[in-house]
Amino acid sequence: MNVEPFIGLSALLFTIGAVGVLVRRNAIIVFMCVELMLNACNLAFVTFARANGNLDGQIAAFFVMVVAAAEVVVGLAIIVSIYRTRRSASVDDASLLKL
Amino acid sequence: MLAALPGARSPIDAPDIDYGTISPLLIVLGVAVAGVLVEAFVPRAYRFVSQVGLAAVGVVAAFGATVWVGTDLAPVEGDVTARGGPTAMGALSVDGPAVVTWAMLLFFGLLGVLLFAERRLEGGLSVFTSQAATPPGSVDERRATRLRIEHSEVFPLAMFALAGMMFFASANDLLGMFVALEVLSLPLYLMCGLARRRRLLSQEAAMKYFLLGAFSSAFFLYGIALVYGYAGSFDLAEISTAVSNRIEGQTILLAGMALILVGLLFKVAAVPFHAWTPDVYQGAPTPVTAFMAAGTKAAAFIAMLRIFFVAFGGARWDWAPTVWAIAIVTMLFGAVVSIAQTDVKRMLAYSSIAHAGFLLVAMAGMVSGDGVTSVSAVLFYLIAYGAAVIGAFAVVTLVRDAGGETTHLSRWAGLGKESPVVAVAFTIFLLSFAGIPLTGGFIGKWTVFAAAWEGGAWPLVVVGVVASAIALFFYVRVVVLLFFAAPQGDGPSVAVPSPLTWSVVGIAVAVTIVLGVLPDSLLDLVQQAGAFVR
Repeated sequence: MNVEPFIGLSALLFTIGAVGVLVRRNAIIVFMCVELMLNACNLAFVTFARANGNLDGQIAAFFVMVVAAAEVVVGLAIIVSIYRTRRSASVDDASLLKL
Repeated sequence: MLAALPGARSPIDAPDIDYGTISPLLIVLGVAVAGVLVEAFVPRAYRFVSQVGLAAVGVVAAFGATVWVGTDLAPVEGDVTARGGPTAMGALSVDGPAVVTWAMLLFFGLLGVLLFAERRLEGGLSVFTSQAATPPGSVDERRATRLRIEHSEVFPLAMFALAGMMFFASANDLLGMFVALEVLSLPLYLMCGLARRRRLLSQEAAMKYFLLGAFSSAFFLYGIALVYGYAGSFDLAEISTAVSNRIEGQTILLAGMALILVGLLFKVAAVPFHAWTPDVYQGAPTPVTAFMAAGTKAAAFIAMLRIFFVAFGGARWDWAPTVWAIAIVTMLFGAVVSIAQTDVKRMLAYSSIAHAGFLLVAMAGMVSGDGVTSVSAVLFYLIAYGAAVIGAFAVVTLVRDAGGETTHLSRWAGLGKESPVVAVAFTIFLLSFAGIPLTGGFIGKWTVFAAAWEGGAWPLVVVGVVASAIALFFYVRVVVLLFFAAPQGDGPSVAVPSPLTWSVVGIAVAVTIVLGVLPDSLLDLVQQAGAFVR
């Protein structure tokens, strides 16, 4: 199997996610970009599982999904609590902690 | 389908798990789960006390189990000292360094629980917010405070984080490490946002820590995926075989190693992945900062050494130059920037960054064998640093004014006159950070530099000594401020805590001094722990 197109796609998704984290200002969208990065990892895992001919990578994808779900629970709780306080989910507004 | 396979038996055998060996981990996880049940079923009036009792008893029991496991570890035949080995079907490696790290983390966990349980400083309430769901300054918040509601969930959260740290330090495959990383991080993100005072700062710290932490763990995970693609397995031993055999696909391996290194350097707060550290250390409730500063650094450093020594040991000349560069930048940056700080918690955060650099020096040395090894130096340094940093943050919880803790350095002027005991304790911790003789920090720095020197990394030792000298200047300036500067206004006031915080400060001072004066037994212990076993 030729893995390069799949790995290329996963690297592209990962890069889109990483760039999104760095340039977007809304905490929810930053968080969605992190999730995109995790899913890019999943694509890489299942591709390599097929290429290596074992199931470890597919099992890993399930673990990553569960971890991502747990991360959503914690992340949204934090973002919602900030939104309630500030009526804004922009990461630029949260700038009290500086030198 | 089943009918087509007459007599087909399940090929999956039940896993063979030695529960005794992993009992410390199971006890801490069990206490965490029991804590969730306590939260659900015990009446509110008794909840806080039962959570504290449960967590403290559980950590002590797990410590006892760790000692028992440690005395039972079988030595491994070979040319280097090593004991123990993989257990639980190869998922965990309960070897000497893992057991010492467990004991260290449980010690930090116990001190953390004692600090979390302190209620006298806030007039009978804990330092955690009454109801995290209520906006700061709202009517609901005042109502919750009046009803004396408390978030006793922090104890199960701390136990989950502690279990994640212990798992992280002993996981023997990359997937387990990723799960452990998240299990330790997610509760810490939440706990950072739960401060009773200055809630806006605390929530902001939680959000920054969470977003940057999730970002870095995505890098870590993509690195794992690439290494899996290269080696065809998550198992550290099999990756090591693949790396040593130099199979096809060096580019994937290099990219994977780099991404894994990024994820771990973020957790240990090394430059240039340190940006979250000052903000999170400042914003989080101080007891949480104490627990996090000591525990996360220890767990992440041992995990990093395990991955890079065991799995990527055959490719050390590919990653060593990067570690050299990062160690130099981290030491100098941490030392220089801490000079400019005016806030005690931020100052301790930058000092923690500098300490990550000193620990990387030992890693760059890559020494194994007899005498001081990289692993034993790091273990000793982490114990000495962790005890001092928990003690220092415990002192920070004591210096207060009407608005809660006062962390601006100028308000600490003249602390020596107000409360000599507290000022002397803080001075001892600062001297340990600076690496002055007769403190644990000195022996820690000495072992770290000795390991690096042995491994031929003498340029790093030179830079390390220079960075220590820069940092020393700053620490001495703070000590002068504490004892000889004229106090501003009324001067700082030191709250009278319950015996819980006193005992944390006392234990931290005792450990710092004992490790400095009589380090032999612990040095012997960390050297007997030996190397990682895959």
